[in-house]
Formats: sequence, C-alpha cells, structure tokens
Amino acid sequence: MIRIDSVTKRYPDGTVAVDRLSLDIPDRAITVLVGPSGCGKTTTLRMINRMVEPSEGSILLDGRDIRQQPVNTLRRSMGYVIQNAGLFQHRTILDNIATVPRLLGWSKQKARDRAAELMARVGLDTSLAKRYPYQLSGGQQQRVGVARALAADPPVLLMDEPFSAVDPVVRKGLQDELLRIQDELGKTIVFVTHDIDEAVKLGTMVAVLRTGGRLAQFAPPAELLSAPADSFVEDFLGADRGIRRLSFFSAGSLELQTAPVVSVDADAATLAARAEAAPYLLVTDSDGRPLGWSEPDGLTAGAVDRDRLLDHGRPFAPATDSLRAALDGAVLSPTGWAVAVDGEGRVVGVVSQQVIGEAIRAAHTRVARDSAVKAAR
Amino acid sequence: MNVLHFAQAFFSDGSHWHGRDGIPTRLSEHVKYSLEALLFAAAVGLPVGLVTGHYGRGGNALALIATAGRALPSFGLLVLMFIWIGFGMVPVMIPLVVLAVPPILVTTYEAVRSVDPSPVDAARGMGMPESRVLLQVELPVALPLVLSGLRTAAIQIVSTATIAAYVSLGGLGRYIIDGLYQRDYEKVVGGAGLVAGLALATLVVFWAAARLAVSPGVRRSG
Ligand SMILES: Nc1ncnc2c1ncn2[C@@H]1O[C@H](COP(=O)(O)OP(=O)(O)OP(=O)(O)O)[C@@H](O)[C@H]1O
Ligand SMILES: [Mg+2]
Repeated sequence: MIRIDSVTKRYPDGTVAVDRLSLDIPDRAITVLVGPSGCGKTTTLRMINRMVEPSEGSILLDGRDIRQQPVNTLRRSMGYVIQNAGLFQHRTILDNIATVPRLLGWSKQKARDRAAELMARVGLDTSLAKRYPYQLSGGQQQRVGVARALAADPPVLLMDEPFSAVDPVVRKGLQDELLRIQDELGKTIVFVTHDIDEAVKLGTMVAVLRTGGRLAQFAPPAELLSAPADSFVEDFLGADRGIRRLSFFSAGSLELQTAPVVSVDADAATLAARAEAAPYLLVTDSDGRPLGWSEPDGLTAGAVDRDRLLDHGRPFAPATDSLRAALDGAVLSPTGWAVAVDGEGRVVGVVSQQVIGEAIRAAHTRVARDSAVKAAR
Repeated sequence: MNVLHFAQAFFSDGSHWHGRDGIPTRLSEHVKYSLEALLFAAAVGLPVGLVTGHYGRGGNALALIATAGRALPSFGLLVLMFIWIGFGMVPVMIPLVVLAVPPILVTTYEAVRSVDPSPVDAARGMGMPESRVLLQVELPVALPLVLSGLRTAAIQIVSTATIAAYVSLGGLGRYIIDGLYQRDYEKVVGGAGLVAGLALATLVVFWAAARLAVSPGVRRSG
C-alpha cells in the first residue's frame, strides 16, 4: 500500500500545490486522482516517485518511507507514463520498451524478448518493433508508453493523463485495454486525469482534489455519484450524475417479457394471441435477431413488410450491461421499450421504461440500506 | 590572364606536386593544424555546452563569451601571441581555438536546451541517472545541431589556418603568403583554391558523419 501521510508541497515561489493531503492507496487497484486544472494532481503523483519532494509530511510504500532507498531504485520499481508518452525518438519501439530492463542490467537479448512480449500485451503488432516513434499514431505511441512502463514488471504504475491527447474513440480503446491489462496483472495504479468520466470508468477508488491541493472526497465511484461530499464535488461530477450512476447497477435483474416478441415466420394464430399481450410487437428474423417494432394490426402472417417496421433502437445485453444501457435503449426506442439480447445478438426479451424505472428505484433503496448498515457498524 | 589560367598553370606544374613545398605536404600540414585546433576546441566547447545545456544554466555567460570570441580578430590575436610567445605552434593554435570554441559551445548549449522536455522527464521518472539522461536521451536528439556547430567551427578553422604561414609554419597559407610576396599569382590562386576545396571536403565529411551517427528516428522527424 502507498500511504500519503499529511503531505504538503510548497513550491519555491510560494505556491501551495498540495495541502496536508492524506490518502491510503490500495494495492492491486486503480486509484484515480481527479480535479480541476492546477489542483495539484501532477504534483501529488510526482511526489510518489520523488520527481518532486514534499515540503512536509511523508509517503510510505509498504510501511517504509520512500526516502529510505536510493531514488533511482525507487523509480525503477514504479512504471511512469506521461501525457505525450515521452518516447525516445532516436530509439526503435522495441528499444524504447526495453529501457528499464536495460537500466536494471538485463542483457540486450533478454530485454528485447521481454519488450516484444509487452508489445503483444498492450495490443501492438510486433511488426512495429523496428519502427521509430514518429512512424506511429498518437494512440500507438501511448501504448508504447504503457508497455515501456510495464517492462520491468514494477508493482506500481504512475500515470499522468496518459490518454488525454488522443481522440475519444482511441481513448476509449486505451481505457478498455488498461482495464483488461489490469485484470491480468493486478498492478497498484495511480492514475491522474481531469476527466471525471474517465475517473469513474477506471477507478476502483477516486480521489477528488479541489484547487489549492486539498482532498474533497475519496470514495469508490458509485459512492461518489450517489453521495457527493459537498457542492464542489457535486458540481465537478456534472449535471447528469444520476444517469451516470446507473452504470454501476447491473441490468441482469430486470424482469424481461417475451410475449411481445414474434418471429417473422409466426403464423396467424400466434400473431393474434400475441396482439393481446402488448400494444407493440417486436419482430425478429428466423434466427431471433431483432428487425423492428410494429403495431399488431400492421402484421400479416407470412407477409411481414420489413420496411414498414419501426426502428428497434440499440439493444442491451443484460448479462454484461448496466441499467444505464437498458434505460438508454428504452429512451431511444420509438415504443418506449428496450430490447434485450444475448451475446450473439439474439433477442431474449423486451422491457418497458416503467419496469426499468422500478428497477432503478429498487437499486437506490438497496444502496441506501447498505450504506445505512455500513454506517451503523 | 584570368583566375582560371592561374589555377591551371599552378596545378599543371609538376614541380608543385613534390617536395617540402609540394601540394601533398602543404595539404597534410593544413589538415593536421585544422584537426588539432578542432579537437582542442571540441574538448572545451562540447562538455561545457552539454553540461550547461543539460542544467539550463549559464546561457547569458555563454552568449557573452561567444560574442567576445567572435569579436576578437584572429590575425590580431596571432600577432599578439607571436610577440608574446614567439615562433611555434602555440601562437597559431590559440587564435584558431578561440575562433572555434564559440560556435561549438553556443550551438551545443542551444541544441541540448531545445530537446523536447517530455522524454527527458520520462527518462528521469524511470530512474535513469543524470549522466545517462544527458548522453543517451538528450545528446542523440541534439546531435544534428551539435554536428552543425562543429561543422561551422571546422570550416572557420580550415579557412583561418592559413595564418600559420605568417609565423613561418607550413600549411596552404604558405602558397598565398609566399605567392603574394613573390608576386607569383599562380601560387596565390592555387593556394586559395586548395583552401576552398578543403572547406568543401570538410562539408562532405560532416554530411557523412551525420548520416552515420544520427538515428533515422531523429533525422526524419527533425
Ligand atoms: N515547478 C513549479 N513551480 C511553481 N509552481 C508550480 C510548479 N509546478 C506546479 N506548480 C503550481 O502548483 C499547482 C499545482 O500544479 P499541478 O501541476 O500539480 O496541477 P495539476 O492538477 O496537475 O493541473 P493540470 O490538470 O493542469 O495538469 C499549480 O498552481 C501550478 O501552477
Ligand atoms: Mg497535471
């Protein structure tokens, strides 16, 4: 565990970047530092690898003051990823990644083998190994930055806005990749961002800092969204925190209905029976994939006109998606019903906005009860 | 008679290709003086430029030294050194080195200063010692500019090394000075042509050195 113990950083010009900050950063989890520009996130991160020395207070790594070991030994045990990757333009991708193993005295061959292994791990094609950084896209360069930080298998990874310079699509890819790598490697990651959505998506724990370098709240993202500590955190979370909070509730418990679902091949009797069930019917193809909605009157057995069906919106997968995705599907659907599918995209049922609303209320009650229990203990 | 005729006459005279005053001897003397002066200047200018550039301090002092160095007339310095020290290599080397240090020093300083700070930050953050940060991260990226400083210095040395002849030493300056004294304009033009040729050859050498020493990753992106 990294313990930041009442740390203050005052720069020589008098700026107080961090003010009596205390944080316990859990092992093998992603802790995100988030806050407005200039609130001291980078300063805090850089105090952990002693790129910046605290003015007061101390930082402990597994109970030992980080000043007790030589600074370069400390740094080699912590991967460091910065915003623009900071690759060495005169070295090939492979040699960039091999940097820390080489510093640790590994042989060239062993370091390069390890680097090649890491390229695969971060999703880089090994054909890029002999290229130079200028021949890579921004997203690829950032992957190299992550691979370089992981090369000597350090237990700790420090990341300062690593994905903020790439476009949103690439950023999402990099975030998903980081979560996947973290699942496999279980590093202790400290991740700095000013993007609250990124913080909520990646963080096991999120520390919100306010200007002047003071801690506003330190909590898991779901708790941050449901119970912001004060109006600063609430404002920082943004207007739609209620909706975003739904990302933390699984859609798995939604009660799905199958009666309003009919296949294009359905016979007249089935159609007539289903017409009773709901004001709209969802038509699927013969494999069970959704085609679109229709009023029961518009359907003739054996002669469904696919072009006249209403768009079914974006389906959600109860097994993996959240209530947010289910609600989104329902809100975007012309009928107000969301379509649930399995992993292969086959319809498993439909659910109305009303039912989703009830599930949301139930989830909120559950959370409130849990936190009351926790508070009572 | 024009310059080309002078040159042709000089180079086609077989006696100019042998002996103490022959072209091969004078040329190799000139190259030797120039190389020595360049090595001295680089031994001073490179380390000081690299270290001051790395720590980002002393820029103003360097600018001052550079201006002073450029303002000093090489020939004046030579005469002064000659009066002070007498004949020999030293009074020749001092003006040449003084002439060559400023471009090496200032360009090297600027080259290191202008290296993108983020790889340097990343290198430190990974636990690279300062000496390696300078030699393995900053220098390879600064190298094209550092070489251009050395090239400027080398060209200036080659053209100024002619002054060695004033203190009775050899080199290509001999042809120019003796030629002027003897009113032998073939010699003057031939000597000047050889100096110009040597300067061009220096350019080629530095071009080749840059091709060999600068990483393709730096060359293409720079
Ligand atoms: N070397 C320095 N000298 C003086 N003041 C500094 C220095 N570095 C940072 N600061 C100041 O300390 C404060 C915190 O800076 P820091 O870089 O930690 O903020 P940040 O949260 O990372 O901001 P951003 O989101 O813009 O990166 C700012 O007011 C900044 O101006
Ligand atoms: Mg920052």
